[in-house]
Amino acid sequence: MIKTDILIIGAGPTGLFAVFEAGLLKLKCHLIDALPQPGGQCSEIYPKKPIYDIPGFPEILADDLTKNLMEQCKQFEPGFTLGERADTLEKQEDGTFIVTTNKGTKHHAPIVAIAGGLGSFEPRKPLIHNLESFEDNGVEYIIKEPEFYRGKKVVIAGGGDSALDWSIYLSDIASEVTLIHRRNEFRGALDSVDKVQELKDTGKINLITPAEVVGLVGHHELKAVVVSQAEHIDKEYEVECDHFIPLFGLSPKLGPLGNWGLEIEKNAIKVNNALDYQTNIPGVFAIGDVNTYPGKLKLILCGFHEATLMCQAAYQIINPGKRYVLKYTTVSGVDGFDGTRKEAPKAVIKKIE
Amino acid sequence: MEQDINITIIDREGVSHTIEAPTDMAMNLMEVVRSYELAPEGTIGICGGMAMCASCQCYVLSDTELPEMQADEDAMLAEAFYVKENSRLGCQIQMTPAMEGLKVALAPES
Repeated sequence: MIKTDILIIGAGPTGLFAVFEAGLLKLKCHLIDALPQPGGQCSEIYPKKPIYDIPGFPEILADDLTKNLMEQCKQFEPGFTLGERADTLEKQEDGTFIVTTNKGTKHHAPIVAIAGGLGSFEPRKPLIHNLESFEDNGVEYIIKEPEFYRGKKVVIAGGGDSALDWSIYLSDIASEVTLIHRRNEFRGALDSVDKVQELKDTGKINLITPAEVVGLVGHHELKAVVVSQAEHIDKEYEVECDHFIPLFGLSPKLGPLGNWGLEIEKNAIKVNNALDYQTNIPGVFAIGDVNTYPGKLKLILCGFHEATLMCQAAYQIINPGKRYVLKYTTVSGVDGFDGTRKEAPKAVIKKIE
Repeated sequence: MEQDINITIIDREGVSHTIEAPTDMAMNLMEVVRSYELAPEGTIGICGGMAMCASCQCYVLSDTELPEMQADEDAMLAEAFYVKENSRLGCQIQMTPAMEGLKVALAPES
């Protein structure tokens, strides 16, 4: 059982900044995220795109914002449960909560802050009629352990960075890699495209374009994919394989959060914005893009503000009646849980004679 | 102020809405759909309008002359599902006076 003060669901910018604000109040945080890396949409959808409305940053790449937030909160030693989706919320008799992920990891905390953005990212599944019957029997949407594919015949479908990058990576591990895309053009980074070209020319990647996987063959276990190719004349044929990995990106779904007994409106969680962004369940807060209230704006900068107020309310719940006044980091410095201290340099006092 | 234009949007339930869209607020079709709440929040415009998610895919039903498709929209549609000959991404269609009479149907959620 992982124990913490504030359990944050979602490791995007709002969740990461909450770690910093909580740390100033000496509260520890643990974050759960369905993605294998922190950053949320900033790392999953648009890492290389600039953002222009982060106060104090005229322009910052989404990836760099994530890096900065990780750096800013690191002295408060947040814990992470990554690649797992928060599935259930159980309120205990003492008012604390246990949150369990889809992999059974349990987390115990007096405060839960949902910073889930548009929901957890789920793989987008191509429209192949018997796809789901082969899930975990030859069809995987996310590559967790590349070694799993050693010596296997792998078919990858997709035309973006992940399809290109995994084709390159697996070409050294799998016995055979086939990349199938509906177009001859790919959408990935230029050097990935060049690398795939090189691997295709040296026979290490079998490239089939423009083509589509339209069916799967096998009995319980995957034996081959049916490929429909549309160059000059349409033709359909089978490509033998042990694994089919469709990589068509991820799309966010509110998912299990919708069953936690929270008040939901327009795919978002209703909160009390007059005070602390608490939900209808006392002790459970919703901050950032995942919440809604009159006048709500889905902006990262609004998420930062909401995270800050949430931490103040969390402090009051965890330390009932305890006195506290807001401190400025410039005045009091930042004391990390790792023993580090950041502080403003002392003023030099020197006499002029 | 520039004139509003009239456009028709068939939502994912098949209901047709003829609405007025402003042409002076730099809005695109995806944003117009959101402003009229013709698709539930969180099911359209997920990437914010960068042609990076295809959640605003629509089928163009009128013969309105549309802005030419750029490479990023074309590439995104190559990875989207339910794509047809007349598929476009709503976020790449700006509301200009030339869009008067535009008629589209929203593609299914995927």
